[in-house]
Amino acid sequence: MKDLVKRLTEAFGPAGSEELVREVIAGEVQGLVDELRTDALGNLIAFRKGNGNGKRVMLAAHMDEIGVIITAIDDQGFIRFSNIGGLNPHALLGKRVVFAGGTTGVISSEPVDEPKDLKLQKMFIDIGAADRSRAESQVGIGDMGVFYGPFQDLGDRVVAKAMDDRIGCAILVQALRELGSCPHQVWAVFTVQEEVGLRGARTSAYGIEPDVGIALDVTRVGDTPKSRTMEVSLGKGAAIKVTDSSLICHPGLRRHLVEMAKAHQIPHQLEVLEMGGTDAASIQVARAGVPAGVISIPSRYIHTPSEMVDMNDVRACVDLLVKTLEGELRF
Amino acid sequence: MDARQLLKALSEAAGVSGFEQELEPLLREAFEPLVDEVRTDVLGSFIARKDGSGPPPRPSVMLAAHLDEIGMMVTKIDEQGFLRLTRVGGMDKRILPGMEVMVHGRRPLAGIIGTKPPHLLEPGESAKALKIEDLFVDVGLDRERAQEAIAIGDLVTFHRPYIELANGLVSGKSLDDRCGVVAMYICLEWLKRLQVQADVYAVATAQEEIGGKGAIVSTYDIVPDVGIAIDVGHGDSPGVPEDHTSPLDKGPALAIGPNIHPKIHELLQKAAKDAGVPVSTEVVPGNSGTDAWNMQVSRSGVPTGLVSIPLRYMHTSVETLSFSDLERAGKLLAFFIATVDRSFVEGLTWS
Amino acid sequence: MVLRRLSEAAGISGQEQEVRAIIRAELEGSVHRLEGDTIGNLIAVKNPGAPGPRVMLAAHMDEVGLMISGYERSGMLKFRKVGGIDDRVLVSKGVRIGKDRIPGVIGAKAIHLQEPKERETPLRHDQLYIDIGAKSKEEAEKKVQLGEYAVFDTAYSEFGEGLVKGKALDDRIGCAVLISLLKEDFNLPVYGCFTVQEEVGLRGAAVSAYRVNPQLGLAVEGTVCADVPGVDAEAQVTALGRGPALTIADAGTLPNRAMLRELIRLARESNVPYQFRRTTVGATDAGRIHLAREGVPSAGIAVPCRYIHSPVSVASLEDFQNTVKLLTLFLRSVEGGFRP
Repeated sequence: MKDLVKRLTEAFGPAGSEELVREVIAGEVQGLVDELRTDALGNLIAFRKGNGNGKRVMLAAHMDEIGVIITAIDDQGFIRFSNIGGLNPHALLGKRVVFAGGTTGVISSEPVDEPKDLKLQKMFIDIGAADRSRAESQVGIGDMGVFYGPFQDLGDRVVAKAMDDRIGCAILVQALRELGSCPHQVWAVFTVQEEVGLRGARTSAYGIEPDVGIALDVTRVGDTPKSRTMEVSLGKGAAIKVTDSSLICHPGLRRHLVEMAKAHQIPHQLEVLEMGGTDAASIQVARAGVPAGVISIPSRYIHTPSEMVDMNDVRACVDLLVKTLEGELRF
Repeated sequence: MDARQLLKALSEAAGVSGFEQELEPLLREAFEPLVDEVRTDVLGSFIARKDGSGPPPRPSVMLAAHLDEIGMMVTKIDEQGFLRLTRVGGMDKRILPGMEVMVHGRRPLAGIIGTKPPHLLEPGESAKALKIEDLFVDVGLDRERAQEAIAIGDLVTFHRPYIELANGLVSGKSLDDRCGVVAMYICLEWLKRLQVQADVYAVATAQEEIGGKGAIVSTYDIVPDVGIAIDVGHGDSPGVPEDHTSPLDKGPALAIGPNIHPKIHELLQKAAKDAGVPVSTEVVPGNSGTDAWNMQVSRSGVPTGLVSIPLRYMHTSVETLSFSDLERAGKLLAFFIATVDRSFVEGLTWS
Repeated sequence: MVLRRLSEAAGISGQEQEVRAIIRAELEGSVHRLEGDTIGNLIAVKNPGAPGPRVMLAAHMDEVGLMISGYERSGMLKFRKVGGIDDRVLVSKGVRIGKDRIPGVIGAKAIHLQEPKERETPLRHDQLYIDIGAKSKEEAEKKVQLGEYAVFDTAYSEFGEGLVKGKALDDRIGCAVLISLLKEDFNLPVYGCFTVQEEVGLRGAAVSAYRVNPQLGLAVEGTVCADVPGVDAEAQVTALGRGPALTIADAGTLPNRAMLRELIRLARESNVPYQFRRTTVGATDAGRIHLAREGVPSAGIAVPCRYIHSPVSVASLEDFQNTVKLLTLFLRSVEGGFRP
């Protein structure tokens, strides 16, 4: 599975331009599902028929990653940019970004008196162009770039950019590979534009009209030095979300996921996230409402080029998802 | 039960955003005798439907008052058995030190949000508000026993009895917006005595405090011709500018502004006169912060109105209002509904 | 000229009737149907039976302004803001209140009577008041009701070279663009949606997009143009005279990349000047259109306007005409088979 994670995390796919990621995933799930289509906003919808009287289940993992968008190029060839999704200016200094065509740049900033004065408007990207026209021959206003952060295998743990949420996509792909007999109709949706407002999930949920929605996304941990309170840790299993800033997961569905984890001895932990949002929030308010929940992958250093997850947790998430889908959804 | 008993029971019960099902038995008991059907939807909103007597196709009016209260959730049980918290909904954290709470674990447990004694405070420390991470709940148990009874994600609510003050004022937690739910109850009681053409959906919406989600999905499902939210508005109190508040015991406030259809505002004013209910006008230049905001943009649009019950100390555990205002709001809604017919509804479309 | 009438009409978010009536009168006879809805949108339907994707063009009728919220004992009126307005543009301006256009002025203490320190601190809108000349609260209450709207009292006129100045160019200029397009004939089902309440949350667009259920969406706006002193070149967003500004991304929308590429290609091919909206702040009706139902590929195009959300803004007539031109080319391209 590490190879799948590597290929997915290294693909270029900022919110709004997920095509390349979609191609990789389509290739992976082609033979595993009954129908595969792309909708108006670019969501990849993989449909697997059920073999019983189950429910209509929508699963969601987002293909898009955070990035930068070029807003201006100056006479010296320096590039001004804005954010696509949530970027912490401090996490950008000295980092490298890659644009669609392959051009690489370094992020730096104008001098500031105090660290708290650092803002995106004071920052710029240096692609090594000597002047405006040389810069414009490589990139243009409106071009998007993503973090440069190659996949690295540290053993149990792996590091890459865009673990958020290519790891969720990998889990979804792997679950489709391992899923045996399943009574439910399953729509595995690889969504777009989650990072800018949970947008792809909103329109795809409207189209699918599911009975249940489960998202797969990363969550924070509280196990680094002097970390803010968070009872989720790397290596302690799949995190079953109770709530985050975007939704309160359906309590019955959440309890069902906990029961499934216990019944199949899958390592798991309960998650209360005091920030953040996931596709489940969009699914929850589609049409007349959908019970929605989230299986989260514990992750360190989210929204940096070096997001870290534990492959044992990933395995637990796959197992939990598969076992849940293979059984009745009773809540 | 009568309206006063219902308000007291609802105020003292626990139903934090996302966990409103606790209140269902109470709502059933109150509303079932007054309507044709009750049900709870996927997100937890309680819907009581009363068919009108007009010829089909009958116009439909949806009332929305939110059921959920703000509260807190356990995020951690520490080595000594103290609990750490996060907020559910926008509560003023300054009210928390010294608050008595109820922790809803395997069984309800009394707790106290503890504080440092004043003797041990540094100079200037008491001038700074405590952060949520600094607060803790003492349930009087050690870690092991706390873990047996409580889990991460368990809810914590204010523990405060509902009380009556002078001049018909009442005070308690969660009057925002359980008083609106009781106003709907009073409205339905009045409707028994009036000729009503329209179908009425009285919806006690879920999860309003965390994004108005209950209203989004229930409105989508019901597709009403008219939507009226009944929520609380800021009551007069020292230090708050007059043009942002309404006086208590002078009747409900009727909102005006882009969130409100002008003809609905007009008809509410007229209904107030017919019902003999004093009202004031509340100017809302944008988002009303109520279910009316989400109802208005459901599907192809729902014409909306907003009736506000003036309430002091919103989002604390000592919310205070005038019970008469509540009764007036209920009566006003009933008189309004009684005048809604097909031609009124058709007149709401702009040319 | 219709832009003059549109600019001078009163239409703050929530009360767009006057603007709607002007647009309706302009389009009567040029389109198949003109429909209203309950929130106040006006939808002009042209060639609904034509082949091809349903194209929704949106421009909002509402402007930012003030709403009367209270009375002082002295007869002065207190007000709240509708939409985003920098408090510093309010003082020392004239307004017109309600249907009867009662004149008022937003006064402030004479400079002679101020302490030096006072002159450095801008007045917040809740420290300001509107003076209609009433001598008492009772007199004021008789003349003006709570909730009535006060628009900036600005006359439209041509200005400088090829420029115009007036209030509410955001987005009456977009409405004027739409009117021009709807007077043309395209072999496509075109839905011109004149939306309401964009300034308080893109409200009308959400509702009309659900109703129309288009396959392609375009929001036509008047946008930020800060090519003025005190603003660094890279922060100016757009410049007057450089043509229609294309959205690259904003707070509400990531435009469909194929549509954006097509707009650029068409502009280059026909030598229509164009520029990018060089910022990601702000939002347009496209923010709601693209999320309607199962999703709608959408893009944003705007006429640059200096000083938007203030009593008087400035735009270039050439930019206006080039916006109409570029959109005409785009619709022809869709007619000819372009799909996002």
